[in-house]
Amino acid sequence: MEMEDPIVSIRNLALAFKTDVGVTKALSDVSFDVPRGKVTAVVGESGSGKSVTANCIMRLIQPPGEIIGGEINLTTNDGESYDIVQLDAKDPRIHELRGGLISMVFQEPMTALSPVHTVGDQVSEAILCHRDVSKAVAWQEAAQMLQHVGIDDIERRMKMYPFEFSGGMRQRVVIAMALVCNPELLICDEPTTALDVTIQAEILTLIRRLQSELSNTVLFITHDLGVVAQMADHVVVMYQGRVLEIGSVRQVLKDPLHPYSRGLLAAIPGLNDKRERLSTIASVVGDRDITTAHPLVTLKDGRQISLPASEIPEHLT
Amino acid sequence: MSEAILEVRGMSKFFDGVPAVEDVNFDLFRAETLGIVGESGSGKTTLARCILRAINPDEGTARFLSEGGWVDLHAMTERQLVPLRREIQMVFQDPFASLNPRMTVQEIIEEPLIIHGFRNRRERQQKLLQILDLVQLAQDSMTRYPHAFSGGQRQRIGIARALILRPSLVVCDESVSALDVSVQAQIINLLEDLQHELGLTYMFVAHDLSVVKHICDRVLVMHRGKVVEAGEIDEVFNNPQEDYTKLLLSAIPSPDPDIPLDPLDRHALGL
Repeated sequence: MEMEDPIVSIRNLALAFKTDVGVTKALSDVSFDVPRGKVTAVVGESGSGKSVTANCIMRLIQPPGEIIGGEINLTTNDGESYDIVQLDAKDPRIHELRGGLISMVFQEPMTALSPVHTVGDQVSEAILCHRDVSKAVAWQEAAQMLQHVGIDDIERRMKMYPFEFSGGMRQRVVIAMALVCNPELLICDEPTTALDVTIQAEILTLIRRLQSELSNTVLFITHDLGVVAQMADHVVVMYQGRVLEIGSVRQVLKDPLHPYSRGLLAAIPGLNDKRERLSTIASVVGDRDITTAHPLVTLKDGRQISLPASEIPEHLT
Repeated sequence: MSEAILEVRGMSKFFDGVPAVEDVNFDLFRAETLGIVGESGSGKTTLARCILRAINPDEGTARFLSEGGWVDLHAMTERQLVPLRREIQMVFQDPFASLNPRMTVQEIIEEPLIIHGFRNRRERQQKLLQILDLVQLAQDSMTRYPHAFSGGQRQRIGIARALILRPSLVVCDESVSALDVSVQAQIINLLEDLQHELGLTYMFVAHDLSVVKHICDRVLVMHRGKVVEAGEIDEVFNNPQEDYTKLLLSAIPSPDPDIPLDPLDRHALGL
């Protein structure tokens, strides 16, 4: 989908892990846009490359991983534009990027937080890293943000340590930390996977509320199609390091074109009648080799798909 | 409904005086799948462990219909329990942590047979080949180590280990939670096929309500160690009576974008 105003535009991104036993391609020819002010979901199973794509945007790829080709073009709200891939490792813009322009919410709030610093210190540290303000101001702003994400009894809680918080509360702290510098792009990498369904619902509702209030852009990485349906405006389906289908949430979830997207939906339990066997990807995809690369084709209805021309319905070409 | 094979009465377990499981009562019937759902900390795993006597409950009884007739699991000594352990087996959540990385697949699956005194090597080999076939693992898997397998294949190894002694009751503790949705679908289908083929009874502990809705016949909903609602699966899902069940169900994000997520408020319900 050629978006009019993408905040991030990824083109032909390729990532490889070079090890003693050979080179593993983690991403091949990944191209998609992240439209400004919208929620874009990247959905796929383990090994599909959704998390490493996010790490590429944050320039968090460490050896033996290496970006071997492609561009990640960032256009800030001020109109400044550059290719993240080309930034030198010592470029000050990387520091500005991480936690400033772009910030990230991780899956496991306990590992994302330091166990030996108080919650208040950790959230204000994010401010002190990026702005030239006094500790007292940072503390005050941290308190406001923590209240904003639904933490009450704030002065006492800020002096507590993460282990004294429940899983849902910790994730609220991580979200506060991510939002406190008012990032233009928020990347959420499976932020609710480790949480109970009731807490997940609370966190999803919170992220949605904050997104509409702060009107920032969200890139939401998940394997859960229920979460995609509730959160996303646009969906990117990935499999084995490639993009298979891009479209609006309705296009992809209500009328999926790619057999793999159809397979993913059919494998969700609880939707169809009980005692009906669950479809597996293999039973939906059949003998088709979906690992073979087909370039993304843009269809009439705006979605993009990676399929041989013969398999695309005629009325859409 | 068929005969009961497990009767749990008044079961409680306290940790430091705090009830983890409190006064739980239920029957389990042959060849059914009973779901046990609840949030983390609701006591569902502790309940399963009490029934297996992996831990000893503080109060209550669990009577089990073994091959030799009814027995009270909690009145038995460890030694008396050994033969019964053949009949009750468990499939764990994490297919990475529950398999010993230094044992081959053959050693892992055969171990229960050796523990339970199957001395004849040829008989063990025969049982092993049968069970591999049943869980759809290739025969050449036997000589390999767990690291060589994907998550779904490892879970098949765990299922083979649980089933090789031909138990009548299998406790699945979050057995499909760690798997990708497509692999999860394969394992759920496998568990259902095995149930039909072998007449297994499942106790299915899970936090994923969609999985429970698909696989279970009846369900117990647990909250703070107590069973707050129990019943036929469709009845409980379509017409929940308790606020806590309603809260759980309202929190499931639907994969249909036209059904918006509208979770109930825990505090407003006083939970």
